[in-house]
Amino acid sequence: MKPRTIIEKIWDQHLIHEEPGKPDLLYIDLHLVHEVTSPQAFEGLRINHRPVRRPDRTFATVDHNVPTSENRETKDAISKLQIETLQKNCQAFDIELADIYSPHQGIVHVIGPELGLTQPGKTMVCGDSHTSTHGAFGAIAFGIGTSEVEHVLATQTLWQKRPKAMQIKVNGNLGIGVGAKDLILAIIAKYGISIGTGHIVEYTGEAIHNLSMEERMTVCNMSIEAGAKAGLISPDQTTVDYLRGRRFAPKGAAFDHAAQKWLALASDDGAHYDRTLEIDASEIQPQVTWGTNPSMGASINDLVPDPESFDDEEKRQAAQKAIAYMDLKPGTPIHAIPIDVVFIGSCTNSRIGDLRQAAEVAQGNHVHEGVRALIVPGSYQTKKQAEAEGLDQIFKEAGFEWREPGCSMCLAMNDDIVPAGKRCASTSNRNFEGRQGTGSRTHLVSPAMAAAAAIQGHFADIREFTAIH
Amino acid sequence: MHPFKTFEGRVCPLDRTNVDTDQIIPKQFLKRVGRKGFGSCLFYNWRFDEHGNKKADFVLNKPEYAQSSILVARDNFGCGSSREHAPWALQDYGFRAIIAPSFADIFYNNCQKNGILAIRLDPTRVDELIRRGATEVFALTVDLEQQKLSAANFDEHFEIDPYQKEVLLKGLDEIAMTLTYEDEIATYEKQHETVVH
Ligand code: SF4
Repeated sequence: MKPRTIIEKIWDQHLIHEEPGKPDLLYIDLHLVHEVTSPQAFEGLRINHRPVRRPDRTFATVDHNVPTSENRETKDAISKLQIETLQKNCQAFDIELADIYSPHQGIVHVIGPELGLTQPGKTMVCGDSHTSTHGAFGAIAFGIGTSEVEHVLATQTLWQKRPKAMQIKVNGNLGIGVGAKDLILAIIAKYGISIGTGHIVEYTGEAIHNLSMEERMTVCNMSIEAGAKAGLISPDQTTVDYLRGRRFAPKGAAFDHAAQKWLALASDDGAHYDRTLEIDASEIQPQVTWGTNPSMGASINDLVPDPESFDDEEKRQAAQKAIAYMDLKPGTPIHAIPIDVVFIGSCTNSRIGDLRQAAEVAQGNHVHEGVRALIVPGSYQTKKQAEAEGLDQIFKEAGFEWREPGCSMCLAMNDDIVPAGKRCASTSNRNFEGRQGTGSRTHLVSPAMAAAAAIQGHFADIREFTAIH
Repeated sequence: MHPFKTFEGRVCPLDRTNVDTDQIIPKQFLKRVGRKGFGSCLFYNWRFDEHGNKKADFVLNKPEYAQSSILVARDNFGCGSSREHAPWALQDYGFRAIIAPSFADIFYNNCQKNGILAIRLDPTRVDELIRRGATEVFALTVDLEQQKLSAANFDEHFEIDPYQKEVLLKGLDEIAMTLTYEDEIATYEKQHETVVH
């Protein structure tokens, strides 16, 4: 048989109908739902008297809007309505909901894997672009709009054109203090935010193979920031080990049987990719973005670039606008940029591994005067785990706020907002204008780099920081 | 969805690359549970200052572009968040077609599902439209059937997937259409009944 990529294998397995001149009709195994992109979809079902075809393949939670304060009271009336609307819809259509006080609540892309809903070989969708996160398990997982949410609710299928396949091969190994977040930021800085358009990216190579599941999720999460439809990694033993014993994973002999099938999904040697990019992991330094899209990034030891140094007119203009918005001066050392707010959270970096890394930096240190630093675990389960390990104590003693789970300051739809004109070191995925609050300025970094910035009051090279402290 | 008909509309040039959906419709407007009324929030942070006053230098605020129905922008339009509120806002504001050299995938799909025609055009032709739009108020005729754009001294063919063209031209209810494949879906489900949660 012709060697195939994991993308082709999963696609072929989910094909319901294929016909020249039309997209393929693809079966969707799992549909994750949240409060912001679903109300209009349920409304559409009601208007047309349509049921949800497979409530058992649908799972919902509230994350984007929810407050992260201890009492979790939603003061904003419109947010409240959106949360209540999801509660009503889940009840009416018989969908399981990890509600605000549920032990399973959390950011949709954190709880899917944690609960074992995310599994290799699945087709998964959610009305959220960072659905690409789940690709870390070797699933085809992508974000959709609300009309498509309605389509999946009604039919459990989607019309999809077969995407192209891109391989990003990461050779060698990441240096000490350099993590998955730096890797993906460096890839986007190098290749730009539309390199992946029309493609599903498979990450391969030694450096990828050596990442933990949580780190793989960080990489796949930001595939969308490279413009890709989805990102994925072929399953291996690390994947299997992560899933064993999770709530929705198969049990006993069924698990071993499933594991065998999962491992067989890995791309075959000699499989064809429409495009392959290769990078050397050992060259990657800790990253900090200076601009207003994720490709505007630099290494910690670099300077804020001079827009005049870009040879392309469009890039020059974009850099000029970005630097003006960010209120930076070309030539300033990145590490000298002062920070007002630090946000450690979001579906990119709010898992237990991320919190452990941040805690290691925080331990025995104190948040710099005048800096507000928030830790927002990605899920209730992650929060409990961190508390069991005493991480909350380390953070609190160091002057960090320890919050309840949700999307929080990643998009600032709740009360967690970066004030206008303030500068935030954030472990989230988007540094767009106003993303963390109107007029806010965002620098994307890894959890360790964010924690170090909180303590120094400006950016610091985590490799030196750990050596000194 | 309404069938997409040939129309003539005024061109609004938005000379920016990588316009993300956070800019098209900022998150504070995503809390509503309906589809209507988002037009007033379109490009909110670019259109209004912190006191809610119109910023005079933003293109949509200039009186000559007030009635535009065709937006022309640069590469990678609609990147970022999957929010369908972005095409809802563009449509509610009055845009019926968007022209750019490239679009982000999810945004492109979302336009399609709402009867907005997203047209990919060669960057040099887009550049021409943007430059012309900046100096002269002009109208463009969009003919989806013929896949043609035309104006005085401007004629251009554009490509579109035949299936997507048909859906737009007929204003098809895609869910109703998919449900005609019920037998195939049911058969697939029987053959692939895996453990679900
Ligand atoms: S954490 Fe941020 S990026 Fe992730 S789902 Fe929530 S809002 Fe979206």
